[in-house]
Amino acid sequence: MDNVELLSRIQFAFTIAFHYIYPPLSIGLGVCLVVMEGLYLKTKDKIYEELTRFWVRIFALIFGIGVATGIVMEFEFGTNWAAYSRYVGDIFGSALAAEGIFAFALESAFLGILLFGWNRVSPRVHFMATVLVALGSIFSALWIVVANSWQQTPSGYRIEGKGMQARAIVTDFWAMVFNPSSIERYSHVLIGALLAGSFLVLSVSAWYILKKKYIVHAEAAFRIALWVAAISSLAQLFTGSKSAEVVTKYQPAKLAAMEGHFEKSAPGDMYLMGWVNAKEQKTTGLKIPGGLSFLVHHDVNAPIPGLNSIKPENRPTAINFVFQTYHLMITIGMTLIALTLFALFMLYRGKLFQTRWLMGVFVFSVLLPQVGNQVGWYTAEVGRQPWVVYGLLRTSDALSQAVKAEHVLASLIMFTFIYVMLFGLFLYLLNKKIQHGPDVASDDETSSRMNPSMLPILNE
Amino acid sequence: MDTVLGIDLPTWWFLLIGALISGYGILDGFDLGAGALHLFFRKEQSRRIALNAIGPVWDGNEVWLVIGAGSLFAAFPLVYGTILSVFYLPFMLFLVAIIFRGISIEFRSKEKMKWWHQLWDVSYCVSSTVISLLLGLILGNLIQGIPLNANHEFVGRLRDFFNPYAILIAVTVLSLFMMHGAMYLLMKTEDRLYAKLTIIANNTSKFFILCFMATSMATLIYVPHMTAIFKAYPELFALGIAAVLIVLNIRRSIEKRQYRRGFISSSVTTALLLILFAMGLYPNLVLSNIDPKGSISIYEAASSDGSLRTMLLFAAIGMPLVATYTVFMFWTFRGKVKLEEHSY
Repeated sequence: MDNVELLSRIQFAFTIAFHYIYPPLSIGLGVCLVVMEGLYLKTKDKIYEELTRFWVRIFALIFGIGVATGIVMEFEFGTNWAAYSRYVGDIFGSALAAEGIFAFALESAFLGILLFGWNRVSPRVHFMATVLVALGSIFSALWIVVANSWQQTPSGYRIEGKGMQARAIVTDFWAMVFNPSSIERYSHVLIGALLAGSFLVLSVSAWYILKKKYIVHAEAAFRIALWVAAISSLAQLFTGSKSAEVVTKYQPAKLAAMEGHFEKSAPGDMYLMGWVNAKEQKTTGLKIPGGLSFLVHHDVNAPIPGLNSIKPENRPTAINFVFQTYHLMITIGMTLIALTLFALFMLYRGKLFQTRWLMGVFVFSVLLPQVGNQVGWYTAEVGRQPWVVYGLLRTSDALSQAVKAEHVLASLIMFTFIYVMLFGLFLYLLNKKIQHGPDVASDDETSSRMNPSMLPILNE
Repeated sequence: MDTVLGIDLPTWWFLLIGALISGYGILDGFDLGAGALHLFFRKEQSRRIALNAIGPVWDGNEVWLVIGAGSLFAAFPLVYGTILSVFYLPFMLFLVAIIFRGISIEFRSKEKMKWWHQLWDVSYCVSSTVISLLLGLILGNLIQGIPLNANHEFVGRLRDFFNPYAILIAVTVLSLFMMHGAMYLLMKTEDRLYAKLTIIANNTSKFFILCFMATSMATLIYVPHMTAIFKAYPELFALGIAAVLIVLNIRRSIEKRQYRRGFISSSVTTALLLILFAMGLYPNLVLSNIDPKGSISIYEAASSDGSLRTMLLFAAIGMPLVATYTVFMFWTFRGKVKLEEHSY
């Protein structure tokens, strides 16, 4: 790996990992906003209006950083990966352009109304703007994940030209869009986003409940977000297993890396945790023998092709990394299910908001979906190596020829510096907004302006 | 070759991307210009009004950049990769400026401290200026052509981009945006800030006309290939005349204090200048100044007909939608800026 490749890969991984903090948050938060403002329109209860306004301010902060860092990604395809851009422009470019026209334009235009339109448009039109912004971000993710999924499981194309002149041409647009992994990966990513957003609401609300501030607001928001989170974490189990099936079928090398499975052909074990020694081709840890075979083929003895059945130059190199990120993702997923179901049970018993230790757990729980989304993404992307387009184009062939290593190094240092600063500022301002809390119209905060039991859909 | 309404698909995309870039120049042009003027407003109140004049719309304006770049990627991937990788460092700087500009607008109002406001005001003004200059610098080099060998490989050096002609274009773009921004702000402000802006509009428009004349002369003398098309089709010279008349009309509108008309004129000027550039370029997208074989034409760079056709359908559906959102957004926030609780 030469320096330009190494540096470009680090830069891309770093900028996308940083970017990927924000869009999931705004997608999930967008859905929570739709519920909050919808309840306001339905019940005319001030609490929901104040909640909506409060969360819109946090949404704006997250959205702003998401857009700024997203533009970087779009340009990096051309600046650092010019050969890749040429190779997949026909396909990846179309999806990216469609994202701009059909999704990003929608979000950005109506964001202005969401933020500044309170006194300029009627509550109904404002609600419509909220819905459109949320929809825009959901469509946005759709096109981006479609583009990425095509890289994982290419279809609906043919290759034209030879050698460095080769490029992929769309032959069937809808086969390209609905390539074998699009739906599974999109639903998995989208639900990951719902988890990220709803757990932010849960965390902030739990903190208010612990601090005995804005209790009525916090409990209302907690209920909304808890339902979103509980349904999402259960659904994630399903989409996750669907995604694993797709990987098994189309990316055997990635699957083998995910479970540290080396033998050419043998039943695959499923590890709960473990460590891969790639040199000695040994995986040790706590495992369910034949578990992987059972998951994939519903038969504990069914053979699974291991890494040794794949040519060495086509195997991912960072096997232990893929193994660890994959298992961390699963552990987090299971934890979220347990946590949300337990919280629902406590809500049913009427003890949820009095259980202080549980509220404390929820304050920190915001990190779990974030880490889950990150490691999930690493599993998908590092597991795909050495291919940038699976089986078609190697990452090392995707580089820009005109770019020098020292220029990439300079930009990488610049981005590191700026993103670290940006993250610090983000946390500082987020904290400040949380400390400030919602603007409450009257001071009868603790009196029961709202009787929670009046809200049939939110109550058990 | 596949055609739609008698025009081949790569030409359609050449026109569409030209329209998107013009749209970006007109829309983000005024908010970049407003940003570049920001430090001329001394009072806190004035700065807040100026910021809120673009507050609800700048994000929507930037969408045109995202769509324009995405379309270039999709329709002419070879050109997308070539331009972005050749201008690697200028584009990286551009991205940094885009980040800083976005967060300056977003972060400024979040603290009450004076130094905090000052910090983000400077960051907002500098990043807006840098974006305008870099766009001009890249444009200036694309007008002259860049050193690409017969295999379309870049054989130049970074410092060659900082040549006098490109710098002149950079300054011209900045002056155009500042004038354009001043006229936009005049439509959104009242009283003292309005009075101050009348002076700024007057000065920036004079400065722009100076740059415009210098650019025209320099292009005629040093970049003959841009004007070659006028020799082949003398009737197109009318467009050049139209540009001069429109530019003069900007001055006239400013003197008569008809700023809405002036704003429309500077919008048309932006589009016309880009049209003149596109005419000099067509059917190429990137010119090589060392080997004509190195130039990249739309036919060489184009994606497959199937892909171009599908995307043309998307554009036919999507662009009216985008235009509708844009109009709805501007209509919602029509009239003079009034500071309120949700303002920056």
